[in-house]
Amino acid sequence: MNWGVLLFPGSNCAEDCFHVIDKVLGKPVSYLWHKDTELGDVDAIIIPGGFSYGDHLRPGAIAHLSPVMTSVKAFAEKGGLVIGICNGFQILTESRMLPGSLIQNKGIKFLCQDQSLRIENADTPFTSEYSKGDVVVLPIAHNEGNYYAKPETIVEMEGNNQILFRYCNVEGEVSNATNPNGSINNIAGIVNRTGNVVGMMPHPERSSDAVLGLSDGKGVFVSMLKYLEVKHGKDQ
Amino acid sequence: MLKAIVTVMLKKGIFDPQGRAVQNGLESIGFDGINSVRVGKQIEIALETQDKSTAEASVHNMCDKMLANPVVESYSFEIVEA
Repeated sequence: MNWGVLLFPGSNCAEDCFHVIDKVLGKPVSYLWHKDTELGDVDAIIIPGGFSYGDHLRPGAIAHLSPVMTSVKAFAEKGGLVIGICNGFQILTESRMLPGSLIQNKGIKFLCQDQSLRIENADTPFTSEYSKGDVVVLPIAHNEGNYYAKPETIVEMEGNNQILFRYCNVEGEVSNATNPNGSINNIAGIVNRTGNVVGMMPHPERSSDAVLGLSDGKGVFVSMLKYLEVKHGKDQ
Repeated sequence: MLKAIVTVMLKKGIFDPQGRAVQNGLESIGFDGINSVRVGKQIEIALETQDKSTAEASVHNMCDKMLANPVVESYSFEIVEA
């Protein structure tokens, strides 16, 4: 079960992702440089957070045109698991692998806080360790996390259960008051139509090792691992 | 030498937090009568070509591929003598 973590100039969460796979899950993981065109024998790809290419022009605008992203697209089209976290989510929307876009936070401030999230769909390779309605706490740290998509796109995504995480309060209530950044329908994380590409603004990799304070995010990586193990079992 | 002056704006109807902050700032120092403020980007590209239609086609392509995100942004540009 090999994992790949993409590295762009300006990625700053890649080591955290690497740590989770290597030390918390104990699985083989390697870095993939933005200029790489071969992904090697990977089963899952993590696009980490940070400020790829300095966030110049728009977050993800330059990174999504990197050589490695052509290979990541082909990998996803064959059903490979891809998760983009924070800047990784922005890269996935810029590449149109996920619908919508992430614009500046409504309150104009960079947000850096622990954030309650409600699990909206636990029937995906990324969320099976949770139950629908669970409230988890993950850190958020972003300036452009305000999720926007056309109204008809939002209706379609809601209808297909493509919303995985919504910003809420500790009781799990979702409202304008529990929306930190202005995202439509409090959307914090989504999955594509085929269920194998996820983008999320909160950081599960910063909340996967209890010694660092939070561990609710570990379920994302464990869900992916279990999905891959079942898939591999069937292949053999 | 030709130069492209590209303007990229958030699409109409999408809330522009930066524009709102600028409006608040202008109002706080006494400018009234402002209906709205929207902030965009201006990108100047010096081109090697002398041919205006070649330049236009090329800049359209640049905007579609990278300079603007059509999900949330619109763009316009003019080609001028550098």
